[in-house]
Amino acid sequence: MNIGKTALNQTIIESPKGWQAINWRELWQYKDLFYFLVLRDIKVLYKQTILGFAWAIIRPVFSMVVFTIIFGNIAQVDSDGVPYAVFSYVALVPWTYFAAALTGSTESLIGNSGMLTKVYFPRLVFPLAPVFAKLVDFVIAFIIIIVMMIWFQIVPTINILFLPLLILLMILTALGMGMWLAALAVQYRDVKHAMSFATQLLMYAAPVVWPVSALTERFGETARLVYGLYPMAGVIEGFRAALLNTTPMPWDLIGLGTVSAVIIALSGAFYFRRMEGVFADVA
Amino acid sequence: MSDIAIQVENLSKQYRIGTKEIQHDTLMSAAVAWVKSPLENFRQLRRLSSFKNGDEADVLWALRDVSFTVKHGEVLGIIGRNGAGKSTLLKILSRITPPSSGRIMLNGRVASLLEVGTGFHPELTGRENIYLNGTILGMTRTEVEHKFDEIMNFSGVERFIDTPVKRYSSGMKVRLAFAVAAHLEPEILLVDEVLAVGDAEFQKKCLGKMSEVAQTGRTVIFVSHNMAAVNQLCERGIVLVDGELRFEGSTEQAIEKYLRDDSAIQSATIDTSQLTGRSGTGDGRILEVRLSDESGNPSTQFGIGDALTVELRGVVYEPIHRLSMGVEITTLEGLGLLNLRTDSQGIDFGPYRANDEIRFQIKVPSLPFYPNTYLVRPWIAERGGKRIDYVQEGITLTLEAKGNYLSERMIQAGRGLVILDAHWLEKPHSVS
Repeated sequence: MNIGKTALNQTIIESPKGWQAINWRELWQYKDLFYFLVLRDIKVLYKQTILGFAWAIIRPVFSMVVFTIIFGNIAQVDSDGVPYAVFSYVALVPWTYFAAALTGSTESLIGNSGMLTKVYFPRLVFPLAPVFAKLVDFVIAFIIIIVMMIWFQIVPTINILFLPLLILLMILTALGMGMWLAALAVQYRDVKHAMSFATQLLMYAAPVVWPVSALTERFGETARLVYGLYPMAGVIEGFRAALLNTTPMPWDLIGLGTVSAVIIALSGAFYFRRMEGVFADVA
Repeated sequence: MSDIAIQVENLSKQYRIGTKEIQHDTLMSAAVAWVKSPLENFRQLRRLSSFKNGDEADVLWALRDVSFTVKHGEVLGIIGRNGAGKSTLLKILSRITPPSSGRIMLNGRVASLLEVGTGFHPELTGRENIYLNGTILGMTRTEVEHKFDEIMNFSGVERFIDTPVKRYSSGMKVRLAFAVAAHLEPEILLVDEVLAVGDAEFQKKCLGKMSEVAQTGRTVIFVSHNMAAVNQLCERGIVLVDGELRFEGSTEQAIEKYLRDDSAIQSATIDTSQLTGRSGTGDGRILEVRLSDESGNPSTQFGIGDALTVELRGVVYEPIHRLSMGVEITTLEGLGLLNLRTDSQGIDFGPYRANDEIRFQIKVPSLPFYPNTYLVRPWIAERGGKRIDYVQEGITLTLEAKGNYLSERMIQAGRGLVILDAHWLEKPHSVS
C-alpha cells in the first residue's frame, strides 16, 4: 500500500504501484506492539506444559543423544577431534533456533490471519516477532553448551568474542528466509506443508552432524566456497571454531554467508512489502 | 488545517471470485487434468493477487467509483445491504486492504474497530490482553498504562484481571475487549458492526459510549445494519448499493432511501440466515421470514389496522424440549410497540431433535399503529431458558394510512404511535 505520511498526521491511501520501500518510521511507531507480540509468543509457548522452559533444552539434547549414537558411534562420522556429543550439540543450539524461528516466521501470517483481516499495522511485525521470541529458547539451550564444555574440559578460544556477530548472522538468516516464506505461504499453502521436511533437509545440508572439513577433503576448496553461500554453514562452523577450537575461525564461510544472508533479507523484505497489500485478501 | 477529515476520491476495489470447476467426462481427461493440476492451481492462486485484464468474468467489483468527504467532527453512517461494499470500504479506510484504484486522504490519527478483541490470546491474562489489544489498536504502551485502571473498571472484570482469558465467560471477554476499544482516542474512528455482538444490555452500553465519542467532536464513520443505531448516532448517511454510492445526505433521508430501495428489491420472503444483527445461543437459527396479509398475499406494505401473518422457517441444531417464540414489532429507533410471545399465553412447542426443521405461522390480528416504517423482530427460545436466536436487525414493514384514515391529515408519523378506534358518544346535555 502506498502510504505517505506528512505533517498533521495526514495519510494518503492509494493503490500500490510496483516495489515499495520499507517504512522504517512507521515500523518504529509500532515498537510497543512488536514488544507485546514477542512477549506473547514467549509467554504462550510453554503454557499448560509440565516441563515448561525445559523443553528448550530437551529438544536439542535428545537430538544430540540420537546423533551421537547414530553418527558418532555407528557411522563414525569425523568430529574434528572433539567428542561427538559436544560437536553436535554446539551445532544443534543455533540450528534449533534457526529451524524454530524460520517455522514461526513462515506460519506467522497464516496463524494471525484473524488480526491480518481486522486491523492495520506494519505487516513486517508478524515475521519479526517469532525471530526474536525464539531467542529465549536459544539462550536457555546455550547454557547446556557451557555445562558440556566444563564436563569435557574444553577451553573456548579468544574467537568467542565474535559469537555475537555469528548470532546476528543467524538471526538475519532466519528473518530473511522467514519473510520470503511467510509472504509465499499466505498465497501458496504448499509452503506450510513443505516446512517440516524442508527444515529436515536444510539440517542435513547444514554442517550439523558432519564437519565442513569432510566436504573440503572430498570436493576441494571451490566446493567449500560455494557451500559458504549457505549462511548457516558459516554460523555453525563459526560456533564450533570459537567454542571448541575445531578449526581456525572460518572467515571465508562467514563472509560469504553474510553476503548471501543480506541479499536474502533485503530481497525478502522487498518481496514481503510487495505482497503486503494482498495479504488480507488472500489470507 | 483544512476542515476535511476524510476525502475519498473515485475509490474502486475488485476481488476475484472463484471460478467454476471443470467437469471431466472421461477417465483419461480427468487423469490428464490431475497431472496438470499443480500448474493450473498455480495459475489460479497467482491470479488471486493480480488483475491484468480488467473486466473478467470472475472479477467482482466490491466498490466502484465511490467518492465522498467527511468533515472534522462529523459522524457519518454507511448503510447498505449485505455485500453492498460497506465492510470493504471500511477495510480500505483502515488500510487493511489496498484499493484497486482511487485515492483516500485522511487527516488525523486513525483507529479502526472492525471487531472487538482482535488479537486476544486465550492463554494470556486479562491484564496482558489489555496491553496486547491496546497496542494492536494503535495505542502506545504508556497510553495503555495511563488508562489501565479506567479500562479495568469499565470492563467490570477486576477480580479476574490476572486470570487467563480462556477461563472467562464469553460475556466477560466481550466486555473486556470493548473496554479497551472504548478507551481509544483517535481523531478519526472507523467502526464496523461491533454492536452486533453481546446481549442487549451490552449493546446499549456500546451505543452509549459511541454517542459519547461522537459528541466529543471526533470524526466517526459508522457501519451498521442497525438502523436505530445509525439514526441515533449519525448526522449524515451514505447508502451503498452493489458497490456504488447511491445516496448521500441526512441520516433520515438515507435510511428512508435504503429501506425503500430495500423493499423494492426484496420480496416479502426474507432470507434471514445471513443477517448479522442477531443474538442468542446459536443452538438454532431462523432462516426465513415471510410476511403476508389477511388473504395470504406476501407483502411488506400494510394499512393501519390490517392483520399480519408472519411465517418463520428455521432449524434447531440441538435437541430442544420446549420451544417458545415471539415476534416484536418496534420502531426504527428500537422502541417496542408490540411484544407477542407464546409463553405469555402459556403455549410452547416441541420437543425437537437436533437438526429438526421448525416452521411456524403467527397471526397478528391487527397493526394499530401510525403510518411509518417498523421492524419485525422474531425470536425463538428454550422455554424458561436462554434465547436461541433473535433477529434483532429485523424485517422492515411499512404501514400506510388507508381506508377511513386516508383523508385525515392528522394521522402522520410522529403524531402518535398506537391508533385505535374508540367509541365516541355524545351524552344528553341541556340545551340553553
